[in-house]
Amino acid sequence: MKQALAFIFLTILCTGVAADDLRGTGDMGIVIERAAGAVQIIDTTARTRIARVEGLGDLSHASAVFSRDGRYAFVFGRDGGLTKIDLLTQSVVARVVQAGNSIGGAISDDGKLVAVSNYKPGGVRIFDTQTLKPVADIPATFGSDGARSKVVGLVDAPGRRFVFTLYDAGETWIVDCPEGQDIRVTKLTEIGDLPYDALITGDGRHYIAGLFGEDGLAHIDLWAKQPTVRRILDNYGRGEQKLPVYKMPHLEGWARAGDRIFLPAIGRHELLVVDAYNFEEIGRIPVHGQPIFAIARPDGRQVWVNFAHPLNDTIQVVDVPSLKVVHEFKPGKAALHMEFTPRGENVWISVRDADRVDVYDTQTFKRLKALTMDKPSGIFFTARANRIGL
Amino acid sequence: MSCWRTMLSAALACGSLGAALAGAMPDASRQNELVHLVRHDCGSCHGMTLKGGLGGALLPAELAHFSSDDIAHVILDGVPGTPMPPWRGNLSPEDALWIAEKLKEGFPK
Repeated sequence: MKQALAFIFLTILCTGVAADDLRGTGDMGIVIERAAGAVQIIDTTARTRIARVEGLGDLSHASAVFSRDGRYAFVFGRDGGLTKIDLLTQSVVARVVQAGNSIGGAISDDGKLVAVSNYKPGGVRIFDTQTLKPVADIPATFGSDGARSKVVGLVDAPGRRFVFTLYDAGETWIVDCPEGQDIRVTKLTEIGDLPYDALITGDGRHYIAGLFGEDGLAHIDLWAKQPTVRRILDNYGRGEQKLPVYKMPHLEGWARAGDRIFLPAIGRHELLVVDAYNFEEIGRIPVHGQPIFAIARPDGRQVWVNFAHPLNDTIQVVDVPSLKVVHEFKPGKAALHMEFTPRGENVWISVRDADRVDVYDTQTFKRLKALTMDKPSGIFFTARANRIGL
Repeated sequence: MSCWRTMLSAALACGSLGAALAGAMPDASRQNELVHLVRHDCGSCHGMTLKGGLGGALLPAELAHFSSDDIAHVILDGVPGTPMPPWRGNLSPEDALWIAEKLKEGFPK
């Protein structure tokens, strides 16, 4: 016992870590500095930056997922880089460049597999989360000439499963990765024209792909014995001329509030309000511009919306019970991403062109803090570790 | 890529360019705005380094087969049937031609 105590004491002396310095990661997160190839590690309680980690390559359009203990962030870069960052030691613990051009990733429900979706070479690669050693390579080949499609809308689903969509082929693939066995790929073809992104509902049941080439979305019930594709919200544009789309909407920021789902309508200044059970349109909410993200506050009371260029300086807040815009403000040019604290009392907003991340109170809409960062884009908090599909 | 090329060529065949593009080149401060717009807003589809994303690569090698006028036309009027939108309204013909020329040379950082 004495020896053990002495050892602990020595360890503390040597590392300089006092017990007071121990901390959890539940109120931590990262902000992508897209042009600098760096991430800022932040604290949402103190509302401060803790450290900056550099050397992550091209982070334009980067995203991140977290290990189930909330300690590690896996950052997916545009240049195919997959980087594992330790939030507690604020350092890179592993990094691989696994493709030439990639778009996003997902982590399996058991936390053991991390998957990356690639544009070039088109497909999905799966890695061990401990070591980042390759586990599986799934080329997105389609048609008779062996062409490879860009892959979008990669999400995790319960049961060591990943689901993703082939942009060029109009297919959705379901990949099961049972432990110790070969992976199984189920392909659903002809889901629609130019699927550009997808979402999965928080219960892991419904996978919905947005279609650029047509009015409507593709829906797959993953609980079905043999999942099939059906079209939902068909002809939501009702044949009207679409507006030019200066930025693709992001569906991973889908909003479910109670029994309603809120989706950005592509090419229109509207949010679509959809019944969360039968996926029929309930209504539309006119908004300031073409929505990019529509994100529900964790309690589902509000949906926050930002917009495509050139109206990307504005954010609107929709009150869910009344389906009305109740607040509008201009944080600055290129207000690109919003992330709520785990219980939703604050929202962090990156204002790229102002080199700033702002923290707002979601009840009073007052700005609480402004943090200087270099061309900030995506913001990701560790609470995502505990949610399906994020 | 070949598919993108075909659509691009088709789009070019539909449009006509000409005297409309002759005008004053953007001044230095406008050029800075255009560099920012291309890197960040075009970059959301074509990649910030212009190596391509959901949209094709915009590096000199990829654009060698197209004239600056052709590229300016695509920027202004988009490519129907693809996500490439028309930027007319946001960009003047002179802006578009300046961007096209810089893309062919290797776009400024």
